[in-house]
Amino acid sequence: MTEKATHIEAHADDEAKKLGMWLFIFTELLLFGGLFLVYSVFRAKYPANFHEGSLELSVTIGAINTIVLLVSSMTIAMSLTAIQKNNRKLAMTLISVTLFLATVFLFNKVFEWGAKFEHGLYPGSKLMPMLERGDLLYFSLYFFMTGLHALHIIVGMVLLTICLFKVKSGNVNSKKYIHLENGALYWHLVDLIWIFLFPLLYLIT
Amino acid sequence: MANNTTHTTEYRVLARVLLVLMFLTFLTISVTSYHLAAFGVTVALLIAGTKGFLVLTYFMHLKYESLLLRILVSMVFVLYAVIILITFIDYAYR
Repeated sequence: MTEKATHIEAHADDEAKKLGMWLFIFTELLLFGGLFLVYSVFRAKYPANFHEGSLELSVTIGAINTIVLLVSSMTIAMSLTAIQKNNRKLAMTLISVTLFLATVFLFNKVFEWGAKFEHGLYPGSKLMPMLERGDLLYFSLYFFMTGLHALHIIVGMVLLTICLFKVKSGNVNSKKYIHLENGALYWHLVDLIWIFLFPLLYLIT
Repeated sequence: MANNTTHTTEYRVLARVLLVLMFLTFLTISVTSYHLAAFGVTVALLIAGTKGFLVLTYFMHLKYESLLLRILVSMVFVLYAVIILITFIDYAYR
């Protein structure tokens, strides 16, 4: 087989890998989409409870986490630019910065959830069933949606750590970077979901 | 060469997108703090939609992807809009 033919094959394979990643992202979008649907129906039904519930959340922590995720989304996008420009060291630094920001996000989340737990507000607590129906729905959705999102942050961190080692070993390089590209796509998805979670859970007027 | 078809997004473009995203975050917090009731959620969703569009276009570099992929992504959002519409019609008329 000629060299040209193998090169085209390898390229076609990368395109398929990227398309596969996008198909997976579609399922993730519809997974959270389903939750947003449940949220909007109950919010339309219990607007006052949802408003009161949102007042219990700290807009400051939510805003800080929004900024943290937006910056981390930029750094991982930049790491792809760096590897395309064959700057391995910068790419590794940028992935590490992204991982650090992800840790900051989770730390804030633990702090935020911890404050709720202290007030006896957590799924399965004695307090939860005593709440009004609208409040119960708001906090159940809050814990489930932010919890599922936090799980995605953890999965993203695992994927990006694998990418970091692949860049280090030279498995991901300026000619072959589909793994980092797909890892970055996953991370952007996590950011994309938070962009909608933040105003809907924290900023209810 | 196949490499010519892949696009490299410059650092400064990504940095500019981040600045816009941060500004929009600030905007959504200040707008919703004015208690505009039903109007507030529309504005918040419009801003979130714009932010999502920017992330998809530049960070997920859909701007430089094939038409097929761009259509596929658009279709997911169209599908979701239809699902929301049907659900609310169901709730409104039952």
